Amino acid sequence: MAKLESKVPSGPLADKWRKHKSEIKLVNPANKRKYEVIVVGAGLAGSSAASSLADLGYRVKCFVFHDSPRRAHSIAAQGGINAAKNYQNDGDSVYRLFYDTIKGGDYRSREANVHRLAEVSVNIIDQCVAQGVPFAREYGGLLANRSFGGAQVSRTFYARGQTGQQLLLGAYSALMRTVGAGTVQLFPQSEMLDLVIVDGQAKGIIVRNLVTGEIQRHAADSVVLATGGYGNVFNLSTYARGSNATAIWRAYKRGACFANPCYTQIHPTCIPVSGDYQSKLTLMSESLRNDGRIWVPKQAADRLKNPNEIPEDQRDYYLERMYPAFGNLCPRDIASRAAKRVCDEGRGVGTSGLGVYLDFSDAISRLGEAGVRERYGNLFDIYHEITAENAYQVPMRIFPAVHYTMGGLWVDYNLMSNVPGLFVLGEANFSDHGANRLGASALMQGLADGYFVIPYTIGDYLATQRPGSRPSVEGAAFGEAEANVTAITRRLLENRGREPVSHFHKRLGKILWEFCGMARNRAGLEQALQQIPALREEFWQNVRVPGSADSLNQSLEQAGRVADFLELGELLCLDALTREESCGGHFREEHQHPDGECKRDDEAFMHAAAWEYQGAGQKPLRNVEPLAYEFVKPSTRSYK
Amino acid sequence: MVAENTTQPISLTLRVWRQAGPNEPGAFVEYRSANLNPAMSFLEMLDVVNDELTIKGEEPIAFAHDCREGICGTCSCTINGKPHGPGTGIATCQLYVRSFRDGDVVTVEPFRARAFPVIKDLITDRSAFDKIQAAGGFITARTGSAPDANATPVPKPDADLAMDAASCISCGACVAACKNASAMLFVAAKVSHLGLLPQGQAERDRRVLAMVRTMDELGFGNCTNYYECSAACPKLISHDFIARMNRDYLKAMFRSSLSPESASGAGGGA
Ligand SMILES: Cc1cc2nc3c(=O)[nH]c(=O)nc-3n(C[C@H](O)[C@H](O)[C@H](O)COP(=O)(O)OP(=O)(O)OC[C@H]3O[C@@H](n4cnc5c(N)ncnc54)[C@H](O)[C@@H]3O)c2cc1C
Ligand code: SF4
Ligand code: FES
Repeated sequence: MAKLESKVPSGPLADKWRKHKSEIKLVNPANKRKYEVIVVGAGLAGSSAASSLADLGYRVKCFVFHDSPRRAHSIAAQGGINAAKNYQNDGDSVYRLFYDTIKGGDYRSREANVHRLAEVSVNIIDQCVAQGVPFAREYGGLLANRSFGGAQVSRTFYARGQTGQQLLLGAYSALMRTVGAGTVQLFPQSEMLDLVIVDGQAKGIIVRNLVTGEIQRHAADSVVLATGGYGNVFNLSTYARGSNATAIWRAYKRGACFANPCYTQIHPTCIPVSGDYQSKLTLMSESLRNDGRIWVPKQAADRLKNPNEIPEDQRDYYLERMYPAFGNLCPRDIASRAAKRVCDEGRGVGTSGLGVYLDFSDAISRLGEAGVRERYGNLFDIYHEITAENAYQVPMRIFPAVHYTMGGLWVDYNLMSNVPGLFVLGEANFSDHGANRLGASALMQGLADGYFVIPYTIGDYLATQRPGSRPSVEGAAFGEAEANVTAITRRLLENRGREPVSHFHKRLGKILWEFCGMARNRAGLEQALQQIPALREEFWQNVRVPGSADSLNQSLEQAGRVADFLELGELLCLDALTREESCGGHFREEHQHPDGECKRDDEAFMHAAAWEYQGAGQKPLRNVEPLAYEFVKPSTRSYK
Repeated sequence: MVAENTTQPISLTLRVWRQAGPNEPGAFVEYRSANLNPAMSFLEMLDVVNDELTIKGEEPIAFAHDCREGICGTCSCTINGKPHGPGTGIATCQLYVRSFRDGDVVTVEPFRARAFPVIKDLITDRSAFDKIQAAGGFITARTGSAPDANATPVPKPDADLAMDAASCISCGACVAACKNASAMLFVAAKVSHLGLLPQGQAERDRRVLAMVRTMDELGFGNCTNYYECSAACPKLISHDFIARMNRDYLKAMFRSSLSPESASGAGGGA
């Protein structure tokens, strides 16, 4: 049984981090260069961590599967990043950001972590501006803000529709500075395929060079994973195609606990699926809900009619009807489920019946077409590019899509997993968003972890390691891990099946979307738990992976990732089945209030579930970290 | 350009550059792709072709892609002779089958430039861009040392212009479009983004000198003002930034000739 010690410091909430920082062990500056740290991933979390650790004097090796760190999936974030700067004088504070994040997460996150996140949010903005991130500004030259994701204060900083790219370019420039200075060694196009554990501690990784196929062993004093989320387990999502779970999944199989895998976020405003060839779903920024009104026809018979010919009294503005106080701005999980409900009733629009209208005609009468263009022009252009439809004339069609994963590897307050020496940052960990993430808070968390948490907390671990005690890559553990990687590769390539990898990924995605998507129930989850292992077996019998292991082989890369998704998908369903309550993004139909809202069971489930691998074919062990709410009183979320 | 609301399936003949490895000879190979839904993206069409090849027991076409929404800069095909293909202000992944007509022959190649050697099929090695960035594409600001973000106001026009430059996605289309394979638009975008901001002033001279020097060392050509770069750029980065960089470069050269200190040591950072 894994030991889950949260290591949350004692004392008043607002003092915990400060106190912890002054009590935590330090590494002697002269010794720092004797420690080597492996950072896997260079999205916001990984690149900020790698450059900050290098600046402290550690020797850092940074690995990414991308051809450049600047291409990490963080680049795609559009909307913005939260920070409790209160530059707008509208009553924001660290406490308010903390409170909104805890409540948004439906009381399933750790209080102390979330408070720390809100505290360091202000430093993030300072750091980014110093690096030259061109945030939007007002005419006086000061920073502009907007309100985002239903927040009642304006605390979101943004850079046109490219906040993710601009923040990542800031972190990437810091990373490249340290690469140029020789303090970080960068390994692009290098995919981590196993974690090496020596005497119970994370001491290295096995990597495949994606260009030459060479398998390499790398040892270090500590390993940091910042490899992003696992939403592509659903196949169709707003993630980049390459995003995958392999690094965290293989760490799980080496003993790191996987917490709350069933907490997945489904974003309400994405462009609907158009055909079976579909490879990704494009997010339409949530900001559109500030002025667009969401509706479906009242009568199912009208669903294929020209929307402009459906009279006002035949339209159901269902969010405004169900949630009069928040209306179209209610949180993501709620808006997504409502869309599912009206489509299940047969009122969904478009040929597939899986779509709802997002209508700007009121906004156009109020602001004029030019006014709407000024606010959302680029989004309307994107929409046109993809659908060839003009949203100034006909309402947009949108549908929910998988967007983010709150679950991830379990970490303590120091962001260290239950495997000593293994740290996990950014979307790859489970720590800060509970059962639902609020808009503009993932970018904040990634940079908080990398710039302001790990530089302190890694010292607490390294100070316990004798300088120079790093194991040799010739050791048995490295040999065994390398043999494991080579065996997986060989098995994939030697398989004489008939179907391409995508065939299995699509089928897995369909099972998960149907049974473990926006709404889940026991019967469905049990069915998925039958179907996924069967699909996995079929994969290993019938997948065809062309090409060889010793050169660039995208089929092989994809096959390894999908093989892992086929295992992770099962854990997702098992977690969803075991959590007999509804909370945030996890909605169990059996557990709802009469009005269809989430019914939490704080008595039985106010805890994080951290699954521990028990070997192939064995049921994993469910460990529990109780969540103690010392400072806020959990209440029923209401957005009515 | 874009035909609105065409729904009839179409067929295309693809002439695709196939090259097994960096030192192997390459050649065009023809594939017929039938029954394509015009609403599918160009890369989704390649996915479908690849699945068919896999089932037939052939090696699929290697092509670079990731975000598939025009922001990561990974996708990089030259289509019918134009980097990122027909269309203005889009990356390869934002091109849709509806841009072509039934029966069209479509030629697909990698981005071609001396500094971007082919790795396989349509994938090239663009690590030269990272090297240019490492030479000086940053503002040195150690974590934790930053003053309050509002301590230095930045005039909105400067911030907006910096943002225009910063929208470069490092795809390399500008290099592929240029008959000299010059990287001037990319480097100018990076230099201008940081040089327009007050925070970027301390290292301004050193940055432009180091980045330009590294660009030259890596085998990119010179700019002779054809401006094919801006036309191919998915973010429509203006070639005015090249003129701005040239001014910066001359000033920096002049100043460094007066004080050798400021130009030396470039390439790395403290
Ligand atoms: C379309 C979209 C829009 C979004 N908009 C917002 C927004 O407006 N605001 C907000 O706060 N959040 C937003 N998010 C969420 C946010 O962008 C992500 O959660 C966040 O950027 C994740 O950062 P990360 O550093 O954890 O991981 P990533 O950016 O995903 O980086 C992962 C890194 O790990 C590397 N990697 C992964 N596996 C391996 C391996 N096995 N070996 C080697 N390297 C590996 C990759 O190469 C990459 O460098 C959005 C997400 C999407 C999909
Ligand atoms: S300047 Fe334009 S074409 Fe050149 S790399 Fe940047 S985005 Fe691509
Ligand atoms: S795939 Fe990211 S820009 Fe085209």
